[in-house]
Amino acid sequence: MPTLLDYRRRIRSVKSTQQITRAMKFISAAKLRRAQEGVFAARPYAGEILRVMRSAAARMESAAHPLLERRPEEKILVVVLTGDRSLCGAFNTNVIRRAILFIQENSSKKSQMIAIGKKGRDTLRKRGWAIAGEYLNVSAKVDFSIAKEIAGRIAELYAAGEVDAVYAVYNEFKNVMVQNLRTAKLLPIDPGMLDEKSEQKSGMPPTSHAGDESALPHDLSASGKAQLVDYIYEEPVEEIFGGLVPRYLEAEVFRILLESAAAEHAARMTAMDSATRNASDLIDSLTLDMNKIRQASITKELIEIVSGAASATS
Amino acid sequence: MLPESIELQIVTPERHVLQETVQSVEIPGKEGYLGILPGHAPLITELGIGILAYRKGTENHFVTVIHGYAEVLPDRVIVLAELSERAEEIDVERSRAAHDRAQAELAKAGVGGDQWQREKLALDRALVRMQAAARTGATAGGSHQ
Repeated sequence: MPTLLDYRRRIRSVKSTQQITRAMKFISAAKLRRAQEGVFAARPYAGEILRVMRSAAARMESAAHPLLERRPEEKILVVVLTGDRSLCGAFNTNVIRRAILFIQENSSKKSQMIAIGKKGRDTLRKRGWAIAGEYLNVSAKVDFSIAKEIAGRIAELYAAGEVDAVYAVYNEFKNVMVQNLRTAKLLPIDPGMLDEKSEQKSGMPPTSHAGDESALPHDLSASGKAQLVDYIYEEPVEEIFGGLVPRYLEAEVFRILLESAAAEHAARMTAMDSATRNASDLIDSLTLDMNKIRQASITKELIEIVSGAASATS
Repeated sequence: MLPESIELQIVTPERHVLQETVQSVEIPGKEGYLGILPGHAPLITELGIGILAYRKGTENHFVTVIHGYAEVLPDRVIVLAELSERAEEIDVERSRAAHDRAQAELAKAGVGGDQWQREKLALDRALVRMQAAARTGATAGGSHQ
């Protein structure tokens, strides 16, 4: 039977934990907002790159590029995006589970991976899989130079024939409550993307929820969509196109990094919110128990006094 | 009919740098600077590292641009830069410190290696920032160079 003092201690400890989870929730909320802004800020650039790339492709006899080249898939590269820290619900676990499943499905192929985020790196390493690269502390502040570095590494492996396809497993930020687990093919780039007609279907994968799309401040693509202008090219068109394809990959990787970071903050915020609420419930029930014991001891003392007095007078 | 002004937009992957209606633009192309006036023929070019200058009314403005692409249309110029900053945003002291640091590191690093390339880029970046800031200061009155 715990004493009154035990309860007091317990409540105090839960309260201090609650303060920590509440602080973490607010921090995540602030970071989430920044990450979300990043996702929106990256869209005009990615959209424009795609548009210029398409118009260049339309002008070429055949749009060939090492990153567009299709080969039978024998060796695959899986890019796994997790966070660096825990306390974010099932965020990391979900990605890792999906990645493992994906690799098992493709067990006939030789697979390598690139781990982004400490959590994924640790798990994958424990499993003893071939890791072609690791990038830690990315999600804290997603920087374009990191996206460039990762994209460069992927492109290098692909162009050298080390891998025949590159997939990314990541959490897509849908809204604060929902993160979508996605497996996306990064390379080879789908030639359908270069086709102006497929603009509706492809383009930037729909991260959209209608409200945010209209909030996008500068929609560059709307005005210049699907008009084939006869451009002068300062350099040969093939050269421009050759330069644009890696830029496009960089923009894609950057988008995925941003999405994953936003999803991580959202997941952590939700997890910390429910932790804070659980702590409140726990404090309530502990306080109730504590009061019951306090009451019981008072009642017991009263009975003792009353019965003592009764025996004295009789 | 020729348009009378150009809609200039500069975007980087990280942010939207600016959107302005301007009278003329000078773009740091990979193979040299290009002057653009309203009604220019459609053009696509790769960008080098340099300073983009534009004229709005009687004022000249400067923006650093580091790698990327520019698309020119008769009434629009869209700049897709990897990195870009308005001259007013530049912290000269920091650029100078970055410049000195990069120069020192560059001297140490072996020519051609990864490290060398990184430092070279840092040096170019700092240089172009300092130039842009200096030009803004010099032309604060409005006249161009």
